[in-house]
Amino acid sequence: MNMRRLLGFNLLTAVVLGIVGFYVGWWLGHQINGPSVAYFASTGQNDIALFVAYIVGVIGFLAGLGFLNYPVSRMLGKPPSLREKESEGIGRYLGLCTDHKVVGIQYLLGIGAFIFIGGLNAMLIRLELMRPTHLVWNGNNYLTLVSVHGTMMMGMMTSGILGPFANYFVPIMIGARRMAFPRIEALTFWLLMAAGTILMTTFAFGGFPTGWTGYAPLSEQANMGMDAYVAFFALVGLSMTLLGLNMMATIITMRAPGMTWGRLPLFVWGTFSTAVLMVLAAPVLISVLLMLALDRTAQTGFFNVQAGGSPYLYENLFWIFGHPEVYILALPGMGILLEILPVFARKPVWGYRLAVTGMLGISLMSWLVWQHHLFVSGINADLRPFYMLSTELISLPTGFIFIAALGTLWRGRIRLTVPMLFSLAWIFNFLIGGMSGVFLSDTPSDVTTHGSFFSMAHFHYTIMGGLIFAFFGGIYYWLPKMTGFNLNERLGKIHFWVMFVAFNSTFGPLLVIGFLGMPRRVVTYAGYLQGANDWVSVSAFVLGASMLVFLYNLVWTQVFARVPAEMNPWGSKSIEFSLPSPPAVHNFDRIPTFGPDPYPYGDDGAGIGQRPVIAPARPTR
Amino acid sequence: MLSSHGRKLAALTVIGTAIVLPLMVFVLGPNMPPGKDTQVAKGQVFDNTVLLVVMTPFTVFILVYLIYALWAFRAPKGETELIDGPPIRGHGPSQIAWLATTTISVLFLAVFGSTELLANNGAGGGGGPNPVAKPSGAVLPIQVIGQQWEFTYRYPTYGGVETAQLVIPEGQEIAFHVTSLDVIHSFWAYELGVKADANPGVDNVAYVKADHPQTFQVRCAELCGLWHGYMFDTGLVVTPAAFASWIAARKSQFAPVSKYLPPYSTTYAPDPQHRG
Amino acid sequence: MSVTARKSLAVTVGVLIVGVLIGVYVAFLTNGPTPYRVPVASAATASAPGSVDLTLETVGSVGPSLSPNPTWVSYLVRENGVFHRSTVWTLPANTLVHVTLYNFDSKTGLRNPFLAQARGLVGGTFGIDGKPTTVMNPDDASHTFAIPQMGVIVPIEGVSSSAKNTCGFAPCPMSTAHTTTTFTFRTGKAGHYRWQCFVPCAAGFFYGFGGPMQTIGYMDGYINVV
Repeated sequence: MNMRRLLGFNLLTAVVLGIVGFYVGWWLGHQINGPSVAYFASTGQNDIALFVAYIVGVIGFLAGLGFLNYPVSRMLGKPPSLREKESEGIGRYLGLCTDHKVVGIQYLLGIGAFIFIGGLNAMLIRLELMRPTHLVWNGNNYLTLVSVHGTMMMGMMTSGILGPFANYFVPIMIGARRMAFPRIEALTFWLLMAAGTILMTTFAFGGFPTGWTGYAPLSEQANMGMDAYVAFFALVGLSMTLLGLNMMATIITMRAPGMTWGRLPLFVWGTFSTAVLMVLAAPVLISVLLMLALDRTAQTGFFNVQAGGSPYLYENLFWIFGHPEVYILALPGMGILLEILPVFARKPVWGYRLAVTGMLGISLMSWLVWQHHLFVSGINADLRPFYMLSTELISLPTGFIFIAALGTLWRGRIRLTVPMLFSLAWIFNFLIGGMSGVFLSDTPSDVTTHGSFFSMAHFHYTIMGGLIFAFFGGIYYWLPKMTGFNLNERLGKIHFWVMFVAFNSTFGPLLVIGFLGMPRRVVTYAGYLQGANDWVSVSAFVLGASMLVFLYNLVWTQVFARVPAEMNPWGSKSIEFSLPSPPAVHNFDRIPTFGPDPYPYGDDGAGIGQRPVIAPARPTR
Repeated sequence: MLSSHGRKLAALTVIGTAIVLPLMVFVLGPNMPPGKDTQVAKGQVFDNTVLLVVMTPFTVFILVYLIYALWAFRAPKGETELIDGPPIRGHGPSQIAWLATTTISVLFLAVFGSTELLANNGAGGGGGPNPVAKPSGAVLPIQVIGQQWEFTYRYPTYGGVETAQLVIPEGQEIAFHVTSLDVIHSFWAYELGVKADANPGVDNVAYVKADHPQTFQVRCAELCGLWHGYMFDTGLVVTPAAFASWIAARKSQFAPVSKYLPPYSTTYAPDPQHRG
Repeated sequence: MSVTARKSLAVTVGVLIVGVLIGVYVAFLTNGPTPYRVPVASAATASAPGSVDLTLETVGSVGPSLSPNPTWVSYLVRENGVFHRSTVWTLPANTLVHVTLYNFDSKTGLRNPFLAQARGLVGGTFGIDGKPTTVMNPDDASHTFAIPQMGVIVPIEGVSSSAKNTCGFAPCPMSTAHTTTTFTFRTGKAGHYRWQCFVPCAAGFFYGFGGPMQTIGYMDGYINVV
């Protein structure tokens, strides 16, 4: 490796500039508001310096990756390079790359690393809960573990499917050669990486005790570690907004001839409805975090009762973002589910319009339900019947997804491949998640279940049981297409069964433990719940171990065995499976034309011959 | 009209529901949380039972369907050639039936939940400073003060005496006025079926009436900082006579500090807000 | 080196690095104040409880020699004649604990005045500079020592604002202005208890309850009763 490549715009430069930027910002922050100010002198904490350090650090990081090259060369009147790093070789994964397929794989690895940290935290949390009192971690570290687990998972998994799979496959599925804004696409990924790193710096500043919700005023009195949460989620929000915008623009403007709205694959519909939510919800998050940051630095009083503010304001704004957020987590999983089921049931999607209506209905109605998180808070108590109604109504569009999935299985020829197993598990898990949600939506019942392990188990059933299972379904379905090498089917099945059983063995009992009165996020609990908690902890460790099976499978097949993937191992009729594995840099030599049916399975003649007509492209490997 | 598969599936669903439903009503339902010690707790148990009944047919249907589909529609073992299923792209009557049943259930649940909420005086949940549904007759107000990290309790009708333990008389409507001196806490008396967030500057009222003497757990249910996990104590429901003597004993025990307490108020904004 | 060997080496190194990182992470998380096992003065018998002596100090600023956060308020414990910063103590069960607490910090005041009355003490009173007391003016409180699960709470009087010769930061010589609080409580059955201060004494933090008030090793700690 020569010096020229090392000194160019790449990850190494970015990390160096990021660290330099951090310390420059730290120094700058102390100039703005140094130790001479009484407030900072007595606390020994300078939140302004830390925020400025994070901001300058992120700018340095992005500059090191080369994100400033384009705007700077435009300002200097130079013709910009339009194809940064659409080159070949392993180096393109370590820098700014505008190939949507490279970004997809970057997402998969980058997000995977941070989800690994989040999962590790979950293991450490369950370790502590093996005893009803203090066992391993002291109070601060336990709360920080809980908070980092929740925040990391919520922040990273919002892009968990859109990042890797939508970036990779949506342009292909709609017959485009790239995303609408390739540089922004790369930016969303590197923003997330910067954000995740920032969140981990919380340990250097005392951690934070608020969980992923960051409720004020607790988040206002917390240590400087709280600033890492604020910076993390604001950057995630920015990344989400840009990602959503990019997806919307791509899907709206870049569809190939014949790809009308009524012919979009359901994964694209899932992506689109998620993208709309992201664009509308994430800015609310950024705003509320900005208010929190101002409260913590400039001593404004948005959430300070005595200064005329209100903690209710935080709760309201947070959940106006937060509830669409949970559907941002659910919708892409539904998209993957309805993409995989037809392939392995060998049937068209049953009720295509119903499924699309369901997805769009969910994204619309997710805006009307946020105060069900606040049923016992005393806020707008007279509106509780309305939020009860709106929350329960959202089960109607969710029901559309269910019946579309079930109908697709009807009289199919089901093949239980690994992706199919994960999809069927999605139906089972999301069923339990949805049904447990009924208790939470019913205000009288919510009085007991709110803030308990029941609600925690509920959203793990929907997010882990839904999103993560769909995520793995997507990996087993698409990864050979993305990398060009097959995964091991046998290891995949072992992974699935261990994960599925351990998952239900973990979160099923947690529903009961919550019913029995154990609150969330506590380090102590009633002694008679120890047996159940020990069971859950052991199951959680097995659940964690199942991820090691997957990692082993991934490393073994992709690094060592390297069995080349066929073009279409599943017999899928989706367009990406008529391209080589992996597809060429520009996907298509000629833009394809799409027929009327996105799922042309079956022999009634309507489907046959309707597959997209494309010219073969050269493989790049 | 129904195909052979459809008839079998319908029969299995009906049979499954017929088996599971009585279990839900008679076995699981009565054991649903939070128990039967107060009127609101009983109301919640009833609510939970009704929810179980409503969700049972749907759950049974989907599970039966999944199992049936995997059993009946699986490609034969060893079938290597890809054979497509029939291209069924939807079925209007099924979709309408599904939409109708889910809509009816959901609307029923919303109406039922709202009715229960109002009929049980807020079902033990915090209803803000002026709840729309109030118990008729005399109510004993008790203030719950959340602070980092302990609940304390004030009895305004007994000279505003403040105590560290929660004791309530049986057979008496209680109004918990929940507030906080600092961050958000949540007052959760599990066996009573009461949960109300403690917000600074807010008077959050929850009603309950305990039926018989017992102990109950009080826990904080909203993450409030370092010792959130340790913010619990045990409350007592006692007879009115025992309550009278208990409160008299507390009045004399805490007489020394009473002169320093601020006058009873629904919310407090105590100094110091900041120090240094 | 063959390609496979190179790959194996890379993967092994990668796994090792991840393993080491996890180890560092876990070690970092277990990091906390060293527990102080309070020496037993006289062992408990079936008929009479034994007793231990615990000598504490509260300082307004812990100083650079004892903490990376020199401006934070803190409890200190005396071990072998030297005050150091540990708030995790091991005490024997069913034992009288005679506490002597020197407070060098000024008055802050309680947010909830109710906590100005002592509870759960042997004899019902505590001594301020030797004077038996049950309640103090909430505004005079500098800190409290409280073990809520044992029902123990003691308010600690602050140094008068007119006092001269106040202690800047720890270690505080006994010649500087201070108050002395003495009290006795009895540990119950074995278990894990937390103790804390209820006075919003964390200067500058919102509601006076951030920083040292929410960090083990300053104004909060554990009592391991064995």
